[in-house]
Amino acid sequence: MITMDLLTSSAADIVTQIKKGYVSTEEYIAKIFDHIKKVESNVHAYISLNDLAIERAREVDSAVKRGEKLGKLAGIAIAVKDNICTSNMKTTCASKILEHYIPPYNATVIEMLEREGAIIIGKTNLDEFAMGTTTEFSRFKETRNPWDIERVPGGSSGGSAASLAAGETTLALGSDTGGSIRCPASFCSVVGLKPTYGLVSRFGLVSFANSLELIGPMCRSVYDTALMLNCITGRDSMDHTTLDVDTKDYTATITQGVKGLKIGLVREMISDVDEHVSKTIHDAASKFESLGANLNEVSIDSLQYALASYYTIAMAEASSNLARYDGVRYGIDMGPEGFEWNSYYTKVRSNFGDVVKRRIIIGTYVLSSGYYGKYYLKAQKVRTLIKQEFASLFKTYDLLIAPTMPILPFKIGEKTMDPLHMYMTDIDTVAANLIGIPSISIPCAFTDGLPIGLQIMGDHLSEELLIRAAYAFEEITDVKKVIV
Amino acid sequence: MKINIGLEIHCQMTGLKSKLFCSCEADYRGKQPNGNICPICLGLPGTLPLLNKKALENALMLSLALNCKIPDVVSFYRKNYFYPDLPKNFQITQYNSYQISSIGSGGTVEFDHKKVRIRRIQLEEDPGRLVYESGIATSNYTLVDYNRAGVALMEIVTEPDFDDPKDVKLFLNKLVSVLEHLGTCDTKLDGAVRCDVNISQENKKKVEIKNVGSFKEVEKALVFEISRQKSFGIKGIEVKSETRHWDDIRRITIQSRTKEEEQDYRYFPEPDIPAAYLGNELINSLTKQMPELPDARKSRFVENFGLSEQNAQILIDEKDTADFFEESLKLYDDAKEISNWFVTDLKVFINEANGIRSLKIKPSHIAELVKLVNQSTISRNTAKQILQQIVKSGEMPSVVMNNLKATKISNEEALIQIVDDVFAKETIAVRDALKNEKAINFLLGKVIQSTRGRADPKLTTELIRKKIASIST
Ligand SMILES: [Zn+2]
Repeated sequence: MITMDLLTSSAADIVTQIKKGYVSTEEYIAKIFDHIKKVESNVHAYISLNDLAIERAREVDSAVKRGEKLGKLAGIAIAVKDNICTSNMKTTCASKILEHYIPPYNATVIEMLEREGAIIIGKTNLDEFAMGTTTEFSRFKETRNPWDIERVPGGSSGGSAASLAAGETTLALGSDTGGSIRCPASFCSVVGLKPTYGLVSRFGLVSFANSLELIGPMCRSVYDTALMLNCITGRDSMDHTTLDVDTKDYTATITQGVKGLKIGLVREMISDVDEHVSKTIHDAASKFESLGANLNEVSIDSLQYALASYYTIAMAEASSNLARYDGVRYGIDMGPEGFEWNSYYTKVRSNFGDVVKRRIIIGTYVLSSGYYGKYYLKAQKVRTLIKQEFASLFKTYDLLIAPTMPILPFKIGEKTMDPLHMYMTDIDTVAANLIGIPSISIPCAFTDGLPIGLQIMGDHLSEELLIRAAYAFEEITDVKKVIV
Repeated sequence: MKINIGLEIHCQMTGLKSKLFCSCEADYRGKQPNGNICPICLGLPGTLPLLNKKALENALMLSLALNCKIPDVVSFYRKNYFYPDLPKNFQITQYNSYQISSIGSGGTVEFDHKKVRIRRIQLEEDPGRLVYESGIATSNYTLVDYNRAGVALMEIVTEPDFDDPKDVKLFLNKLVSVLEHLGTCDTKLDGAVRCDVNISQENKKKVEIKNVGSFKEVEKALVFEISRQKSFGIKGIEVKSETRHWDDIRRITIQSRTKEEEQDYRYFPEPDIPAAYLGNELINSLTKQMPELPDARKSRFVENFGLSEQNAQILIDEKDTADFFEESLKLYDDAKEISNWFVTDLKVFINEANGIRSLKIKPSHIAELVKLVNQSTISRNTAKQILQQIVKSGEMPSVVMNNLKATKISNEEALIQIVDDVFAKETIAVRDALKNEKAINFLLGKVIQSTRGRADPKLTTELIRKKIASIST
């Protein structure tokens, strides 16, 4: 037996030891559960835990003993955001409406990860239906930032990010509609990747804004991110918006560095940010130069409309997607007896939280007749404009960098009363969703004990390049990613 | 007074194996309630619609058949409204306000030398079904059956080009025949077609009649509604703009109980179904695959078989009839004689039975029947009698004939005996016949009657004339 810290090690290392039989999966999974028991009262990352995880671990161990061929993630613990459907576990979206809902099927990503031997540890907390930037708007609990439990972990995949940073899992899945993977990755000092739209199946991801969102890996290292991405990409017959591209081994080219790459620092994304953030990202830019990249400041004029465009489209789609929660077929049952349809709907749907209600109302408004052209259509035009500006930049630049978040993790409750201010924090992340390009957030530095994330964006399907650059940066920096 | 009538027709794609966006069976009829559903058509969280390519192709075929313009890109929209029969509380459909999204638009259909313009054809999903166990008025609860939810529907909207309910009927006949020839919709299945009708008379408000449950009822509903509006005119009452329903039991239109509110459906593009680029290749290949359509078939019947236009029209009005006709023709090559049966005696049975396939008769029966008549083995009258039996029993005509011992009596001796008997009984008629040539027909009728149609008319007439001549001399 070798000694390794199973709570903080990378998936790549643990899986190697499991396959060799040096690490018992059962012990490893049990250790994670013990740790969860210890820290959950502070972190509140999980909504539910998987009772069958230990059993799965034993299966992996006996497969190792029998010398069977094992998957790429054999025995590895994975935390799953609770808006991704799991057939044996509740999938609540942190909403009262789906509090006891168990889907009859697995999301495609869950099927793929389990086929590679990953073990679901539990389902993680989020803002209700992934609508939020702090995970404060879960209807069950507020997840805390493990680096400072007075502060928010970011959101909406706050539970996934916090569980990684607190050593409560080895890998995690998040979803990103306007920054929901990258924001908490930044606030919790972990790695989070939003892949190219269509690279990963959305089948089984409970829709918030279909044209913007995607499932993506959240990890404590860039290498683990590549490893996990290897397992979840590809055309899915259950999702017509997936792209028909060959699966790749993103670890194969990971060490190729950034020498000779043209990298642009996006002026509009760094101009109005916290001074610590600004300084840190400028330092990061210099580090890329020192690694041999050509660095320039670039400007994207249409970005000033990105946030307005994003929220218009996201809320419009959400208002329609969330219409199905009416308590008739599944989810909360309020007893329809004695109610006329509309009043029963009113009764059931009053269980949505205020944040969700606000978005449904605004989304309904922007789609109303007479307003469609003024809002929704205009937002789509802005989207096209942004797409064009980025496309012309990518003719010259391989990658773009920016802060992930314009501010440092803030205190719980600090912004809950000010939705507009809250929306503003998404300013640097939404562009990638609007135009469907990949974007990764990696730990960049700590200032006053609080993490700052670096965002790297690339053209469609440039994940390989993104991962190479992120890995090169990670190699020359030493930023903590876990606190146990 | 000018009347404008427009139609909005919904046809289920009953020819498909699966629903529009999932792999559940398209044939939902007769199944256990909520036994033909899956996570997708039930709209469970996280599921995505998967467009049935065959449905798209079928709808394209119909659009081509109705001479519609096909857009380069076909897209879908969400129509948002809350109703318990809609699993997602929105319907995936198409919408043409912001762009041409529907699969066909700007078409024309010719029928009976007239023309109607087709505004659009679109593809959409059928909702589920609300079930009121003790009737809609008295049930104090509602059951919802989602077996039908997600079945592919084609919506066909015409311009308000009709001015006569009779033309509406002729157009619908044509449409049914086109649908049958394409194999997309079996209009005879219960609930497979629904029709909304709008009528506006000159200087009067538009009235809509919703949900007429079969094409046969449409003409009746229109005739009723027009006479209702006329009687309002006579009484000096203003016709209101309203939505009415056709009550097919009382045969009247009635004002809808629930006032249809002005709904805002908040249409927007369906983000889960990428816009489909059709391209010339697909359209060309569909054009090649296109089966023979009613118009072409009719021309072929007229040109190749020498049928009258009218008879050819009756044959092609229902595909089954036309197919049956051609199958019979393969067995016995006399198009004119065979077609005559379809437009006369057999037509009555077909109409009664709601289609020829519900009868026990087979093409081989018609072929043999015509052959027996042509060979003078049986008279036409006997053949009619035999037909009556075989549509019910499915026996071969020759078998029925033998059972009836129905061979035409062309034996002279036997006939002379019968003629003598008739002359003995009908003395007054015989006397008339001596003076008046026409009275011979009366005597002939009597002979045929007494042989139950088996007497050879030609021979009998000869014998009667001989006998009259012998008396008069
Ligand atoms: Zn289904």
